[in-house]
Amino acid sequence: MPADVTAEMAAGIAAGAGERGARRAAALRVGLPAAALVVMLSVIFAMQPRAMSYFGLSVLLNFTLPAIFAAMAQMAVIAVGDIDLGIGPFLSLVNCIAATLLATRPLFGWLALAALVAAYAGMGALIHVRRLPSIVVTLGASFVWLGLALLVLPSPGGAPPGWLPALFAWQPPFVPLPVLASILLAALGQFLLMHTSYGVVLRGIGGHPRAIARAGWSLLAGRMALYALAGASGVIAGLALTGLNTAGDATVGAQYTLTSIAAVIVGGGEFVGGIVTPLGTVIGAWIMLLAGSLLSFLNISTDWQLSVQGGILIVVLGLRALNRWSAA
Amino acid sequence: MTGNVRAWLDARPWVWSFGAALIVWLVTALAVQGRGMLETLAVALQFATFYAIVGIGQMLTIAAGPGNIDLSIPGVMTFAGYVAIGMMNGGNAGLAAGIAAGVVIGLAAGAFNVGLIQGLRIPPMIGTLAAGFVFQSMAIAYSRTSHAAPAPLLVSFSVARVLGLPVIALIFIVLTVLVSVALSRSVFGRSVLAIGQNARAARLAGLAVRRTLGFVYLASAVLAAVAGILLSAYSGGAALDMGTDYLLMSIAVVVLGGTSIAGGQASPAGLWGAAILLDLVVTMLNVMRVGAGLRYVVTGLIIIGVLALAKGREQAT
Repeated sequence: MPADVTAEMAAGIAAGAGERGARRAAALRVGLPAAALVVMLSVIFAMQPRAMSYFGLSVLLNFTLPAIFAAMAQMAVIAVGDIDLGIGPFLSLVNCIAATLLATRPLFGWLALAALVAAYAGMGALIHVRRLPSIVVTLGASFVWLGLALLVLPSPGGAPPGWLPALFAWQPPFVPLPVLASILLAALGQFLLMHTSYGVVLRGIGGHPRAIARAGWSLLAGRMALYALAGASGVIAGLALTGLNTAGDATVGAQYTLTSIAAVIVGGGEFVGGIVTPLGTVIGAWIMLLAGSLLSFLNISTDWQLSVQGGILIVVLGLRALNRWSAA
Repeated sequence: MTGNVRAWLDARPWVWSFGAALIVWLVTALAVQGRGMLETLAVALQFATFYAIVGIGQMLTIAAGPGNIDLSIPGVMTFAGYVAIGMMNGGNAGLAAGIAAGVVIGLAAGAFNVGLIQGLRIPPMIGTLAAGFVFQSMAIAYSRTSHAAPAPLLVSFSVARVLGLPVIALIFIVLTVLVSVALSRSVFGRSVLAIGQNARAARLAGLAVRRTLGFVYLASAVLAAVAGILLSAYSGGAALDMGTDYLLMSIAVVVLGGTSIAGGQASPAGLWGAAILLDLVVTMLNVMRVGAGLRYVVTGLIIIGVLALAKGREQAT
């Protein structure tokens, strides 16, 4: 068997089939998490057949919308080789604004949300121009988001404008909203990032910044664009969270920092080289979400949820390392 | 003349944090018309100690070069704090066992981190982050069974003063001096800095890169455990959110203290200046009757601002 594999590899290299190999690697990148997701769903459906209905899926996937948009925000940042440790508190801040300003003074509320997206682009610019480590800047920003959230809404409460919960309670025909939104987001993200020329440029910033710069593209503009995308996704995630919770809380988003990073990595993304896929990220977000449901079906205390999420991340990265060894 | 001052300052990156701390202290003094100024400083030193303890560990990891960082500090602090206090269960009889259990948890957590980073080759940033959440969830599970109080002896130790200064501050200032000497004189310290400057060159020069890095992560986890135990004792018990601020603060005291975020250089003294500065800023804002929200905003902006300025200075030279 190993001899066959080596022979095959040698033949592949001899035939100059590097492209085919790359394509297979890309297929595996999304294929593995997709297979894992199918297994998880099968187990859940086997244990809880009622989940296999329109209503059952809606309940099971209740918090999908904030999770997939938070993961998308994280993906945009990881695409340039950075990491965002402040996305959780950022969701909380959007949540607090949506539960207060957006209802009482809508124009002000929307301006505040637009300013947050601009702040994200500014953060990307600062990191690029001063060559700062994203980890420290986004951690520092997490204090700013948390502080602003506490200023807007010192204690949990408030109420969003009526249209917001209504929007996220919408029941489209045939396909539950979480499923529909996931498919649309994955398709849109996949198209924008993988099939448009600027999408290729943006991904190139993480992989080959010098090549992109030599080709005449602005690295600064690219990083700002990706950070603005992250900010916009974060705002949508925060609004979705508010629509589902129908109240504001300055700490509600904290868990999304870990789950968003895990979603990107589990979905096939890597920290080096701008390797991310929107489709994989959405699948990764589902896996992290369903891991929680699976825990409760198995009667395991939610105390261990963080362990399971962190554990999944470690196992996936560990398997990838083993894979690299066997390939080398 | 100015060139001399410049050179003197460049060789002592910790001066900035102490200078800033002094200014904030004086501003606070003006706000309260100078009442209780020495007491303010002593209290700041007390809280600064907890930042500085985790800061020593974080400084060693950051100094070991790009990519090295310990994000499991809050999880280790909380878990070690809970288990140590749980073993003490409000009595002095369990004091030694409690401290030992906490330190062992620190060692185990550090070994786990090293396993992820060196065994599975997971980037330290993500490995320690994930590990930190695992430790945090162990603390959550443990907290369901334990609501113990710390041993009275440890409590009095954590608040004890000598000549008006907190005893634990003095102890860890001595430790900081030792670390400082080790960094400039010992094989281990020189190895950490050499790896931080160029890991490949250090390996080719025959330095024990893996062992040195492993020790750095062990040290960071043990220090986090010690900070967790002492903080739990000082606050009268462990709490699940007690580590939350320390993720940022451990990095902030390192960066503000003058250690280069790019690695290869360390500024142990600066940890204390930065820790006192961050605590005095909170005191100052409290005195000005500013709410918790604005305190977080200001702290976050100071950290980002100083980092941006410091990096600029590094690039200029």
